[in-house]
Amino acid sequence: MLELIIQNAINALQWGSFYALIALGYTLVYGVLTLINFAHGDVFMVGAYIAFFVATFFLVSLGVPGWVVLALCVPLTMILTSLVGVTLERIAYRPLRNKGAHRLYVVITALMCGLILQHANLAIFGASRKAFPPLIQEHVYNVGGVSFTNLKVAVIVTAFLVFLILHWIVTRTRVGMAMRAISYDKFAVPLMGIPLDQIIVITFVLGSGFAGLAGLLFAMSYPVLEPYMGALIGWKAFIAAVVGGIGDIRGAFLGGFLLGAIEILVVAFFPSTLRDLIAFTVLLVILTFKPTGFFGVAKTTKI
Amino acid sequence: MQQVQQQTTSDPILEIRGLTQNFGGLRAVSDFNVTLAGKQLTGLIGPNGAGKTTVFNLVSGFYQPSEGQILVDGVPTAGLKPHKVTALGVARTFQNIRLWNDMSVMDNIRVAQHYRLGYGFFHSAVRSKRYRQREEEIAREATELLEIFELKKYADEYPRNLPYGTQRKLEIARALSIHPKLLLLDEPAAGLNSSDIHELIRLIRWIHDRFDVTIWMIEHHMDVMMELCTHIKVIDFGQTIAEGTPDDIRNHPAVVTAYLGDDKI
Amino acid sequence: MLRRYSVHLILATLGGLVVYLAYNEYLGLYYLSVLMFMGVNIILSSSLNLVNGYMGEFSCGHAGFMCVGAYVASVLGVWLFARDRVFGAPVLDPEYALYAFPVIILAGGIAAALAGLLVAFPSYKTRGDYLAIITIAANYIIISAIENMSAIGGSRGFMGMKGVINAMEDTIYLPWMPIWVFIFTIFSVWVIRRYVSSTFGKGVNAISQDEVAAEIMSVNTNKIKTITFMLSSGLAGIGGGLFAYILGYVNPGSFNILKSTEIMVMVYLGGMGSLSGSILAAILFTILLELLRPLQIIKWIVIPLVLIILMQFRPEGIMGNRELGQTFPRLKKFYRFK
Repeated sequence: MLELIIQNAINALQWGSFYALIALGYTLVYGVLTLINFAHGDVFMVGAYIAFFVATFFLVSLGVPGWVVLALCVPLTMILTSLVGVTLERIAYRPLRNKGAHRLYVVITALMCGLILQHANLAIFGASRKAFPPLIQEHVYNVGGVSFTNLKVAVIVTAFLVFLILHWIVTRTRVGMAMRAISYDKFAVPLMGIPLDQIIVITFVLGSGFAGLAGLLFAMSYPVLEPYMGALIGWKAFIAAVVGGIGDIRGAFLGGFLLGAIEILVVAFFPSTLRDLIAFTVLLVILTFKPTGFFGVAKTTKI
Repeated sequence: MQQVQQQTTSDPILEIRGLTQNFGGLRAVSDFNVTLAGKQLTGLIGPNGAGKTTVFNLVSGFYQPSEGQILVDGVPTAGLKPHKVTALGVARTFQNIRLWNDMSVMDNIRVAQHYRLGYGFFHSAVRSKRYRQREEEIAREATELLEIFELKKYADEYPRNLPYGTQRKLEIARALSIHPKLLLLDEPAAGLNSSDIHELIRLIRWIHDRFDVTIWMIEHHMDVMMELCTHIKVIDFGQTIAEGTPDDIRNHPAVVTAYLGDDKI
Repeated sequence: MLRRYSVHLILATLGGLVVYLAYNEYLGLYYLSVLMFMGVNIILSSSLNLVNGYMGEFSCGHAGFMCVGAYVASVLGVWLFARDRVFGAPVLDPEYALYAFPVIILAGGIAAALAGLLVAFPSYKTRGDYLAIITIAANYIIISAIENMSAIGGSRGFMGMKGVINAMEDTIYLPWMPIWVFIFTIFSVWVIRRYVSSTFGKGVNAISQDEVAAEIMSVNTNKIKTITFMLSSGLAGIGGGLFAYILGYVNPGSFNILKSTEIMVMVYLGGMGSLSGSILAAILFTILLELLRPLQIIKWIVIPLVLIILMQFRPEGIMGNRELGQTFPRLKKFYRFK
């Protein structure tokens, strides 16, 4: 019994790590710009594909050993994916923002960017699924009836590390302070001499970079890639971010793991087809009773 | 002044007993009592953050009081949503003008008639006889109201295109359009220049003469209060520190201390 | 005189023409179905505009309500009037299909309106982005609920609606689907128009602009929100029902977030809070989709790209928040639409 609980807890942590990593990106951008970056799930997908191409290039074409490829893959994937994110911000969001367009139009633009990423991918690489090459030898450890792999542990540890790094950046550094300042008052910030656009670009770099990392880890754990893989997981991660309290790093992290735990629990006890239904229902109930999520601060209306 | 006093009936329009409001650990209003009779023009003053607007928010039902009772025309308002309180006859204006800026001036008045529309979705969809009758009446009354407030020429304008003073006036007109027994004015002179303020004093006095309404106002411009109100209540840190006629208030030591600070620190 | 009846006249001519062309089969099946989808899209975009435009909320789950309407109307119709693998022989005489069809579609609408409560209740306490999430969640919940109902096909889908249409055409031979799509399209636009132009319905706009002021100026905001969400999702259900019968086949996958996005695109393309904009955008969007059909996958790159470019240069959509009569005041002389 205890093994079962621990086993499921580990599975939930691993599954939740992906949600948490993606949710962090949503929450960063939302916190700074109050923009729901609906393209973020697809940025994650692009990250997985970038990881795939980087990995096959080094592994197959150059014959570099697996662990070296992994060491190269992590920074390259993160850099290339963040380039994608920043490109979106530069060519699609910023012009709109500078025009002072209604916030919802930026959201729609983000949705459209997501569609473009998906279908461009589909058009270029075709509908066939890509198999991600194994980079490291997967070891299965068995401790007291609980089995886990080195990969699972790596995913969980990475998620926690990313959380700590982001938390440190947002709360302790000057950039983080500027980010928080922008989220309070976008108009006063440039007057204080803070380069608004630069900070926003950094936000996108961070968010997309970690989405890329999530893509790499996801591709390693579930080595089948397809263009629509980012859509559903992205929407779910976004909901997780909101349940945690969007705009708050801790919230995104907690929400991601919560969603992971719910889904693993559902699959453990019910037919797996009920997974989405129950997970979404639980989230809906939470949001109905706690509309701003766990860490979100309700905007008080001042009369 | 004397005449107004005589018209005062014994039945209070607003009665507040032991009103207390806590926000977390902060006690914004503490044991507040007031009784407003019909046709009175009363003032509520106090330094910034004293809890004046909170009192108004409690009366209009926007907050539910932590303790105490509010009776509008004898009816307790506990548990009522703001629109129900408004239907009882409490109208208000806001510190920062809250008009519907993308609706015409005329529509601003019309929408405020929701509590006595007398028809719902079904009638609006089939355009029944009742619907047409009520819409006609509402439109006519709204036009009349705009006319007596000299706002009719702006009927099709959007409020945001109007000068600030006119927006204030429109907000007061919108509040009066619901035929209130009690009109709460939250800093009506805020942001107005001196000639606008004179105009405002004239307007409030005229409203007070013409409509059968009790007026309770918050204002920082002392000259406005001194000129208009027959009775003023002063609060600070949620507590009543003084009340009386304008002359009493002017020379009250506690008021002077609250506003100017204590010399003997 | 002309002004009073011009809209009726134009609509009657248009409807008559389509029915005539369809009856004599001058209009190919393809063009006819494009026209019908246009009607459905008008219903969907104008009903979503009620929430996203007039009420200023951000609903991203409109296809979920469409799904409810589609399934209820399909299952009800097939159960009552068609021979089917699941339900067996029709429960009622197929002759009645003709008269029952609008009732079936309306029943789908009512079911969808009830599903709208899923969003309406949370909207009392929350709005904006948080409500947007709730609508997305509602969309997913509805889809996965239906995917799990294996009795009506689950994720494989449900079919047999052609049998109902055949039953109608056997009774009296007329192109019934175009007729009903036409009628329901007009009905939807008409209801929305009347609702938002009444003093009662202007409460919706007041909530969008300043909810606090609306509540304090005696608008029962919760009631208005409930009615608006129910009306919007109910009409989406009607659109969904018609959609199902036009295709003759439904599966939950066709009502996913992509479909919701499509509807949203039409609303923002036309302009928030402009009914004529929504109609115009629905027509243009349907045509655009059909014109780009040969591009296949590239279509879904071109359309978002066109929209992004449009957003850059005319972010308020085609009509902004104005109606046809406000943009071209001279037109007002020729028509009156209430």
